[in-house]
Amino acid sequence: MNYAEILLIPFIPLAVFLVLGIFYNRIKPAVSGIIGVLGLLISTLLSIKVAYQYFFVLGKDGGAYQAIVHKTAWMNFTETLRIDMGVLLDPISIMMLLVVSIVSLMVHIYSRGYMKGDPGYTKFFAFLSLFTFSMYGLVLATNLFQIYIFWELVGVSSYLLIGFYYTKPSAVAAAKKAFIVTRFADLGFLIGILIIGFYTGTYDFELLNDPQGSPLLSWAASSFFGMSVLSWGLLLIFLGGAGKSAMFPLHIWLPDAMEGPTPVSALIHAATMVVAGVYLVARLFPMYYFVEDGIILQVVAFVGAFSALFAAIIAITQNDIKRVLAYSTMSQLAYMMLALGVSGYDGEAGLGYMASMFHLFTHAMFKALLFLCAGSVIHAVHSNYLKDMGGLRKHMPITHITFLIAALAIAGIPPLAGFWSKDEILAAVYEKDMLLYTIALLVAGLTAFYMFRIYFGIFWKKDPEYATTPHESPATMTIPLIILAIFSALAGFVPFGQYISADRIALDVHINVPLAITAVLMGIAGIGLAWLFYKKETDLPDRLAASLGKLYTWSYHKFYIDEVYLFVTRKVLFKRVAEPAAKFDRQVVDGTMVGIGNSTVRTSEKIKAMQSGKVQDYAMAFVAGVLVIVIFFVYYLTQ
Amino acid sequence: MTWSNFLILRHEVVLLLIILAILVAEIAIPSKKKESIIHLGIFLFGIHTIIGFLPMEENQIFGGTFHTNGLIHLVKNILNIGVLILLLQSAEWIRARLITEQKASEFFILLFASLIGMYFMISSGDFLMFYLGLELSTLPVAALASYEITKRASSEAGIKLILSSALASGISLFGISMIYASSGSIYFAELVNLVGSNHLLLMGIILFFSGLAFKISLVPFHFWTADVYEGAPISIASYLSVISKGSAVFILTILLFTVLKSLIDVWENVIYALAVATMFIGNLFALRQKNMKRFLAFSSIAQAGFILLGIISGTSMGMATVVYFILIYIFSNLAAFGVVQAISNQTGKENMTDYEGLYRTNPNLSLVMMLALFSLAGIPPVAGFFGKFFLFTAAASKGFFWLVFLAVVNVTISLYYYLLVIRAMFLRTSETPIPFFRSKLYMRLGLAITIAGIVVLGIYSPVYDYIYELSMNLMN
Repeated sequence: MNYAEILLIPFIPLAVFLVLGIFYNRIKPAVSGIIGVLGLLISTLLSIKVAYQYFFVLGKDGGAYQAIVHKTAWMNFTETLRIDMGVLLDPISIMMLLVVSIVSLMVHIYSRGYMKGDPGYTKFFAFLSLFTFSMYGLVLATNLFQIYIFWELVGVSSYLLIGFYYTKPSAVAAAKKAFIVTRFADLGFLIGILIIGFYTGTYDFELLNDPQGSPLLSWAASSFFGMSVLSWGLLLIFLGGAGKSAMFPLHIWLPDAMEGPTPVSALIHAATMVVAGVYLVARLFPMYYFVEDGIILQVVAFVGAFSALFAAIIAITQNDIKRVLAYSTMSQLAYMMLALGVSGYDGEAGLGYMASMFHLFTHAMFKALLFLCAGSVIHAVHSNYLKDMGGLRKHMPITHITFLIAALAIAGIPPLAGFWSKDEILAAVYEKDMLLYTIALLVAGLTAFYMFRIYFGIFWKKDPEYATTPHESPATMTIPLIILAIFSALAGFVPFGQYISADRIALDVHINVPLAITAVLMGIAGIGLAWLFYKKETDLPDRLAASLGKLYTWSYHKFYIDEVYLFVTRKVLFKRVAEPAAKFDRQVVDGTMVGIGNSTVRTSEKIKAMQSGKVQDYAMAFVAGVLVIVIFFVYYLTQ
Repeated sequence: MTWSNFLILRHEVVLLLIILAILVAEIAIPSKKKESIIHLGIFLFGIHTIIGFLPMEENQIFGGTFHTNGLIHLVKNILNIGVLILLLQSAEWIRARLITEQKASEFFILLFASLIGMYFMISSGDFLMFYLGLELSTLPVAALASYEITKRASSEAGIKLILSSALASGISLFGISMIYASSGSIYFAELVNLVGSNHLLLMGIILFFSGLAFKISLVPFHFWTADVYEGAPISIASYLSVISKGSAVFILTILLFTVLKSLIDVWENVIYALAVATMFIGNLFALRQKNMKRFLAFSSIAQAGFILLGIISGTSMGMATVVYFILIYIFSNLAAFGVVQAISNQTGKENMTDYEGLYRTNPNLSLVMMLALFSLAGIPPVAGFFGKFFLFTAAASKGFFWLVFLAVVNVTISLYYYLLVIRAMFLRTSETPIPFFRSKLYMRLGLAITIAGIVVLGIYSPVYDYIYELSMNLMN
């Protein structure tokens, strides 16, 4: 496999970023869009070529796909502990390469239409390229430190893109919120990395994930507050992943991040960056599994199940379509976490791992599609709110059909992509734990319900009073929709288990018919309810909301999690901790410093007389100096 | 003495020939074309600087009176670079003197004579040669300090310098005689084995030491510095603060590290006390200065205090850090003096308040000054940071943590007054700022070399490695 070609994949977007960033003012918007799309097209083609070579030309060795690592030492700490820079090719990293490439390419093409006429057009493409570069780097990382570096870069580019409309205060606030919340989680990640580096002596994924890695397991024995130190490290790393993948209670940034341009939401906050947390756990999956019999995986599973249900309940009551999609994303990411959490390692037991990655793949396609459709709708009606929409199926046929395909896919209706991957997840959870399975099944039903709630709300119902008649988006926007719709429809037929499994040995996947039928019925029930409630304007929803009482209000206000955070930061941290600290800093620390400064100046003033300007005085001082030194040394030190 | 032995006198001989050439030129060139002497002087010295870099073998002549080695050779080259930059920066001023005082060649002859004195001083193998070199390096500078005879301050500077230095050399010579009396030799190579701890020898060392301390302007031997710097022409102040100080520091380090190595327990205490006094006094005085020349004078006193931190370690690393610091200090201080010189040539203004708003009218000069002051203050990534950092490392490696702490306190104080100048240039505005002007080619070249030095030495580490290697050879 050609190493240079692999390196080109991330470096082309970087080059595009540099060119667009440096010649920001001199490039015409039209040209910058083309540069961005062309650069990514090359990266995408290279990714496909690499994937083809890896899976079909090199193929399996000894029944399993082998990881290919190219790396150079970047920083040596000790004999064994060092930071490398390089690329790691294995099934999941290649799968992610494809996901990032395809979605990013679609978003690039789409943005040429969506961002047309925006004053920051070139800047937008520069940031998109920066993000894509960072994401490629994250995916290809060979060790914990490298992934951390790109992890932060991804965070920065996400920050830049959420705050893209920086004149809008809400966008700035959202960007800050996203950055700070994920930064907070990343602090845990960093500490986890340091713990693992300290106790295992390596950051390298291949070494950490070696199931026979005896030195690791021996360290796992040393315990700290009831768990081994490695488990603590893994828990902290999961904290980082939970921040990026918006798991409860670190999810609060994701809905607000919808302030960014919609293509950004599709790329970053649906398909790529937010799955980084899932990818991180999958990357270290063998380690999670083998350290202390997967104690942390149980945490992952429960956090996943809870977040999935939590987000789905909130999604039902939101009126901003992008926010509904954001909560839906959170819920689906939690689904993937849940699948990882219940997975085993060998053979059939590893179904959850495979299902999680499968769902990551299919979800990226249909969720990106949903966001891009939403963007197309917003583009047409200039509003994010359901109340401003309705009857759009007549005005926007392509958007309507593609949205429907995506919605059916996420609802898990066969034969669309979501059905296959969701079925595997449900099967894996069913094997492990009935409670989790029940939650997962309920979430499947809720997903279908809220998704068709907005579907009917946007495309059916009767028209509100449109100021100008909405019309279909231009071809640059609809073509990516169509391509992604094809992927959403067909991605489920990829024999995923053949390529990706926890132990990298092919896994024969078959449909568990009773489970599949239950799940599909659940989905259809959700769709049916939505049809009943929202197909036409009725008072049913309001009556239902009234009968649910508190639950509805709580869900509508997102269970007041933001308010809890605000209370803790404003009332507790700012009032009780920060203010006294600031006072101490101003009065005691600053006071001391200013005092020292003033006394220095005063001393300087006092000794001014020493410099009299008379040579006689100088000579006196000279001789006196010599004498003092002589007396001091000859008669004291030598005694 | 064979021809190849004679070649180790190459620096001295070439410079002597240049002096003769300038003397001849002074006679041969008609008074209307005297200006060409400036070009000739700079050109010849440029050639001298370049051929100075030709390799030189390690050897000694005159029965060990004069010797040379890799590090000495390097230091001579460093001094040459410094003097070359100084000449470039002074060209405009010399031209002005040619008009007002009808003299140009004197400047070159006196300056080069002083430089030869320094060559001999740092190459000396015994106290006699050392003393001759010391005197030869000082006396012409006293004449140069009073170069602008029409100015009262200039004459005063010359008188103060000659009186002070006479006292210093007297005491130093007295010390040398005591060393001779107690050990029976003036040859460094022999003294190494003869020195033992007795009171007379200790006293001799201290007296001798104070003579060099005078040249380095360590407290309490520093009083002449500010008055002389302020009164003397800027070129001479700059020469005193950079070249003269650099060579004296170097020979002091050599003597302490080789000849007096066995007495390290004694002299490290002397150095300790002087370092603390010098850093504090220099910085506290610099804090209040309004005149740029006086300001730089006290700043250079404080810098000398920092250099002592490298000397106190007594290791080859200390030696390397001292030489490295001298190199960086030459570039940084010459850059600062160069800007002062350029502005003084153009407007005659030398006060800090005159610099207010300089960035608006002369951004390039302000940036040069800023880099120079950053380097003097030791702000990364410019070279000065590494120079100071290595000095502190050298002291810390021998366990002088309190001294390093005090030095860091002093760095903080110095940061304050260096930033005062930067604030005046960049943040203050003035009713009557110095108008925009374009410096002459020589001046710009001189400043460009200093800036290149400040930046490159901060990034390019092999320079330090090379110096360290030479120091290792010398110390072992």
